[in-house]
Amino acid sequence: MAKCIFIDTTRCTACRGCQVACKQWHDHEAVPTLQTGTHQNPPDLTPHNFKLVRFSEHKIDGRVHWLFFPEQCRHCLQPACKDTADMYVEGAIVVDEATGIVICTEKTKELTKEQCDEIIDSCPYNIPRRNEKTNELTKCDMCIDRVQAGLIPMCVKTCVAAMSFGEREDMLKVAEQHLERVKKTFPEAELLDAEDLGVVYLVSHPREMYHKYAQREIRPLNRADFLADLTRPFRKALG
Amino acid sequence: MTQHWIDIKHANAVLIMGSNAAEHHPISFKWVLKAKDAGATVVHVDPKFSRTSARSDFHVPLRSGTDIAFMGGMVKYILEKDLIQKEYVVEYTNASFIIADSYKFEDGLFSGYDPKTRKYDQKLWAFAKDENGIPKRDKTLQDPRCVYQLLKKHYDRYNLDTVSSVTGVSKENLLKVYDVFAATGKPDKAGTIMYALGWTQHSVGVQNIRLGAMIQLLLGNIGVAGGGVNALRGEPNVQGSTDHALLWHIIPGYNAVPTSAWPTLADYQKANTPVSNDPKSVNWWGNRPKYMVSLLKGWFGDKATPENEFCYNLLPKVEPGVDYAMMFLYDRMYQKKDIKGGMIFGHNPAMSFPNTHKVRAALQTLDWLVMGEVHDTETASFWRQPGVDPKKVKTEVFLLPSCQRGEKDGTTSNSGRWHQWHHKGPEPSGQSKSMGWMVVEIMNRVRALYEKEKGAFPEGILSHDWIKEYDAEEVAMRINGRFTKDVTIKDKTYKKGEHVPNFTLLQDDGSTTSLNWIYCGCYPEPGKNLAKRRDHTQTPMQAKLGLYPNYTWAWPMNRRVLYNRASVDVNGKPFNPDLPVILWEDGKWIGDIPDGPAPPMAMEGGKYPFIMQTEGHGALFGPGRVDGPFPEHYEPVETPLTKNPFSKQLSSPCAKMPKSDMDLLAAPGDPKFPIVLTTYSLTEHWCGGGDTRNTPYLLEAEPQLYVEMSHELAEEKGIKNGDVVVVESIRGKVEAVAMVTVRITPFQVEGKTVHLIGMPFCFGWTTPGVGDATNRLTPSVGEPNVTIPEYKASLVNIRKADKVTELAR
Repeated sequence: MAKCIFIDTTRCTACRGCQVACKQWHDHEAVPTLQTGTHQNPPDLTPHNFKLVRFSEHKIDGRVHWLFFPEQCRHCLQPACKDTADMYVEGAIVVDEATGIVICTEKTKELTKEQCDEIIDSCPYNIPRRNEKTNELTKCDMCIDRVQAGLIPMCVKTCVAAMSFGEREDMLKVAEQHLERVKKTFPEAELLDAEDLGVVYLVSHPREMYHKYAQREIRPLNRADFLADLTRPFRKALG
Repeated sequence: MTQHWIDIKHANAVLIMGSNAAEHHPISFKWVLKAKDAGATVVHVDPKFSRTSARSDFHVPLRSGTDIAFMGGMVKYILEKDLIQKEYVVEYTNASFIIADSYKFEDGLFSGYDPKTRKYDQKLWAFAKDENGIPKRDKTLQDPRCVYQLLKKHYDRYNLDTVSSVTGVSKENLLKVYDVFAATGKPDKAGTIMYALGWTQHSVGVQNIRLGAMIQLLLGNIGVAGGGVNALRGEPNVQGSTDHALLWHIIPGYNAVPTSAWPTLADYQKANTPVSNDPKSVNWWGNRPKYMVSLLKGWFGDKATPENEFCYNLLPKVEPGVDYAMMFLYDRMYQKKDIKGGMIFGHNPAMSFPNTHKVRAALQTLDWLVMGEVHDTETASFWRQPGVDPKKVKTEVFLLPSCQRGEKDGTTSNSGRWHQWHHKGPEPSGQSKSMGWMVVEIMNRVRALYEKEKGAFPEGILSHDWIKEYDAEEVAMRINGRFTKDVTIKDKTYKKGEHVPNFTLLQDDGSTTSLNWIYCGCYPEPGKNLAKRRDHTQTPMQAKLGLYPNYTWAWPMNRRVLYNRASVDVNGKPFNPDLPVILWEDGKWIGDIPDGPAPPMAMEGGKYPFIMQTEGHGALFGPGRVDGPFPEHYEPVETPLTKNPFSKQLSSPCAKMPKSDMDLLAAPGDPKFPIVLTTYSLTEHWCGGGDTRNTPYLLEAEPQLYVEMSHELAEEKGIKNGDVVVVESIRGKVEAVAMVTVRITPFQVEGKTVHLIGMPFCFGWTTPGVGDATNRLTPSVGEPNVTIPEYKASLVNIRKADKVTELAR
């Protein structure tokens, strides 16, 4: 059964427990950062930051809206990254059948920088990051080691009130319930691309207010689209 | 907290004021959001829009230091619209008490003020008493000298126009908050107040909390589920360390520190044991002699006898009227230079104290300093701080490496007073040791030296029943206390050495020990350390209340909601029948542990619910505070205003200020320093940052000192987001990165625009490139009752930096 994380951003307090716990579980090194005038740090996902709370602030009609978005891989049901990677190195990105978790494997080392860039480009949410030292492509693995051991992902475990984890069907039901409640206050609230993803976000405000890649511009490719689009890299190469 | 964390979910309205709960107490928001899910309105009143505001129904920006004006307006609103919970106010508060004619309030000053000493004669603020010595009351609340009428008169000046003009809060916003919160005055509704250092760190800090408590009393919100006055205590075990007398003015269990005015134990007991002639008043502090003697027996063991006043004479005594708080300690160190050395454990005053320039200079007058710390800190390394030549510092510093919390057994007491055991995980790394081990070991060696060399007053050191080797379990047992001989109490015999089951059995004859009476009962017998309990068992009534009586142990007596007898009417019927905290059934109370077994108040033998008050009633009129029986708005000592619209008294007449060449204060309305600075913590760092700056993941998330400011101010000063700026007060200057944000807005105050900026105080020079102490800016101004510094409101100016020296770029 496919697993799913549901993130209700209207309940996120941006405590960043998830961001830190993720690093701790994966034994990631700390990355050097500077204060640049925002609480969002590091500024973006890195090979050592699979989870990042994005902050965006707006003042509308005199009222402040501070939006938090705990960003991570969405674990697409039809992951474009995998399709792209498969063209170059079979098995570089795989989907775990039992859980639906999308994994970057050690084989991503065999990908060139250009191929990795292409994979990142193909991700509708701009998630994977290449580790320039090890040449690996990296991203959230939904703590598959924990999930296989019957535990919940570290970010969900740490979260105060915004995240839940479980079977996808159950999570979608929970998400719908939350949506119904949130809509009473925020009529524009929606679930982001819920039908296609293993990580479902509930947002209260128009998605573009969160950050550039909160929404996707195109649907993730299904198999048929993918085959039809096989020539895309060549077209791109031709400019 | 009068309540516990889970109970927040029962509130119908949550007023978060003087706290940034979501950032500093993240788990609290689990319960705030549950309350919200159930329909509660969550209001955040705070100078800046924070992560707490983001999750609240609405945020109301308030100029720092004007909480009393804001809440005084709420009191007026509640009284004028008669939204009080009448039965509660009449029966359980001192609203009906008649006040002696000697009490007066005129133009900002209460009667009895002496401008020379900056002190009041509090005796003038007395209750009028009848021939039996019982306070006179008028339960119709009509007598012009009753507390209710005096209260009404006092806050009559706090009208919407003045409050709005002083606080910078729009009238619309004032009414919005008043309306939401005052609605909880209905008997079956409850509102909770969550506060923290945003209320305490002002020259009117204690009165801020008093006024919050008074509003809760008027609305009948104390003792009930979902109500309360809830101090959110910090992660460094603030609750536990306060209970165990971290501060100078008390000894464990909230007993006053002995002074030379009380040379004998009898003097001490007489001065500190209140007497009530009212048979319905429990007057719990009437038991103080038992707690004091048990404490002395715990300290001095067999050496403490009735004949030698249980060794009371061996206790050091402070001089009455002298303030020994840290602010004055460092002042003495700096000015008189007569303090030779000292020990600082888990505390970083070179970062966390106001006017840190002075603290850092004062430390250099010491001959020696012993530090117990997990990491090197700005205090441990003051001798090599920027601008100081180590060769010119005479102080010898010893840094004892402390292990981390996870490397030792021990307890923390959470805000809800839960006494929770934490088990040792890994062995301490390197040569680090627990601080308990250090204290025991140092004292053992000092004792050995005294044994050998004697010296001055050796019995003061050698008479202690000192522990031989540090053991958390043994300390926990000593805190609980034991019988020192076979004793029979109410037909039950307790053998010598048995643990005292609870504090009602503590005695004043030396037959019991307890190192802290409020914790007596936490370890009722050997092998039964209740702090270790993790049992979720509860009755259906307790389940409904979110009450887990078998999970850890809460002081006092495992009571989870304090003053819970005020949750029922005089006949014992719960004000909120849907969510009773206690119920009188078949001649006994069920639910939570009640404040004493007495039957409901109207029945024979019934008692008043506020058992810690001498008169048994919630104190709307509070004569015990040195700066007045009613909270009154005074401007912060450094204020952008030159006039206080409420009275001719601009700032607190009792605020404490050491005077030295380093204690400069900006004049009221000083044009050189027109901007209000407020300081705060942030989620990612603890206090002075000594631990968390050395935790790389946290430093990654919050790497450097910043200053939050409005777009309006930034534009005025030509500052862009991310620029390095210099923030300057009359005492010093600090570099910080500008965080220009919509979350801070300028205030309209008394017809002018007042800008406010905010800075964290956790970044210090021992972590390279992160910036240095924000507290180089803040003043040594102390609150009159407890000398807590006024960190939350001072005056500064700000400009773009022309060169950067403190921050990595």
